[in-house]
Amino acid sequence: MREINVSTITEAVKKLCMEANYYLGEDVKKRIQECMQSEESPTGKEVIEKILENIRISQTEQVPLCQDTGFAVVFVELGQEVHLVGGDYTEAINEGVRQGYREGYLRKSIVSDPIERKNTGDNTPAVIYTDIVPGDRVKILVAPKGGGSENMSEVKMMAPAAGLEGVKEFVVDRVRRSGANPCPPVIVGVGIGGTFEKCAQIAKKALLRPVGSKNPNPFYAKLEEELLEKINKLGIGPQGFGGRCTALAVHIEVHPCHIASFPVAVNMQCHVARHKEVVL
Amino acid sequence: MSEPKKITVPLTDKIVEDLHIGDSVLITGVIYTGRDSAHKRLIEAIDRGEKLPIDLKGQIIYYAGPAPAKPGKPIGSIGPTTSYRMDPYAPRLIELGLKGMIGKGNRSEEVIEAIKKYKAVYFGAIGGAAALIAESVKKAEVIAYEDLGPEAIRRLEVENFPAIVVNDCYGKDLYKKGMERYRRD
Repeated sequence: MREINVSTITEAVKKLCMEANYYLGEDVKKRIQECMQSEESPTGKEVIEKILENIRISQTEQVPLCQDTGFAVVFVELGQEVHLVGGDYTEAINEGVRQGYREGYLRKSIVSDPIERKNTGDNTPAVIYTDIVPGDRVKILVAPKGGGSENMSEVKMMAPAAGLEGVKEFVVDRVRRSGANPCPPVIVGVGIGGTFEKCAQIAKKALLRPVGSKNPNPFYAKLEEELLEKINKLGIGPQGFGGRCTALAVHIEVHPCHIASFPVAVNMQCHVARHKEVVL
Repeated sequence: MSEPKKITVPLTDKIVEDLHIGDSVLITGVIYTGRDSAHKRLIEAIDRGEKLPIDLKGQIIYYAGPAPAKPGKPIGSIGPTTSYRMDPYAPRLIELGLKGMIGKGNRSEEVIEAIKKYKAVYFGAIGGAAALIAESVKKAEVIAYEDLGPEAIRRLEVENFPAIVVNDCYGKDLYKKGMERYRRD
């Protein structure tokens, strides 16, 4: 058994919260730069220029890319040979979020009760997903998720008869109805199959893939391409002002499902697609 | 892209009449932040017949809640939040003299109608370009509802705040027009 003190986890989460909010991944940046070439709308080009300038400013000054520094969504792959010592695992993650959001000058955007709506003041609690995996390592990924794009997300329990065409219609329509709200150009995370909640979760996981990577199954890789093309014909464009670049990528994840079910989920992600990870 | 129009706050009918959808603008003067909870409180105060913490005449409300300021900076990153959540409140504020709103995303028919009727304007700022936008904010102070944290009403002194006209006083909508123009079937 490898022993890891939970204070190491706190330290890692704190650092990841800040880094994720200051530095956009090179994959996302590269894809946004490519949009500069394909965009036909002058206003769209102007928007993309400003988005790229914003990335430069955040990086240089170490300030958040977006004022909405998000809900801290934490994915942990915990090796089964690891013995965590020195305190409560969940609290250790929350303490990392607390410290990261305070010391990093990140906005606190969490209310303790959805009806009462009183700010918790420290951006906790985090949303934590833990998978137990073979080995003696701990992989921690922090993905701050903004509210604007999250609000445009949806799970639909379709009838199996809706088939492939039903999926295409739903995904493209979800993006169309979202318009400017989720801050296009967006990344569209699609989950197909599983149960109600599993479907939503794989749609979120799809957003963590490097932008532009393909689903390993050629059928779904082709569907990703087709959906991206359809979405970029909608005309929404950067920030919804009209143009070609509505989505940077469509990522699909699938899961086996019940004979009666056909859930499809779309998790929308704005162009500030943040996630940083570390392996302990 | 044509040269951006430089405008100053308070807005007058004359300034608003000169703005058309798709115009790039640079805003200078005082603007106020306000989002979900602050709007709810403003409307509750109006319902109770109380005096509002700001005189709305000719003013602009920016739908935004900033990140905390780093030492030596007037404000942290401050981009727009999604505007539709303020739609139930906006027409009443426009009726009371509010001339401009800055946010992102579609407005309701009621808001668009009020913009037309009272000669107001809705600007779109670039969502996610929050560090860039913060550079146009020279001074910031909380003037009401401090307990709301990021949602408190702040008075911002801005210089050349970049935005684009989305809904003008002629009832036009850039989101609709833009999409129609670039849609491919």
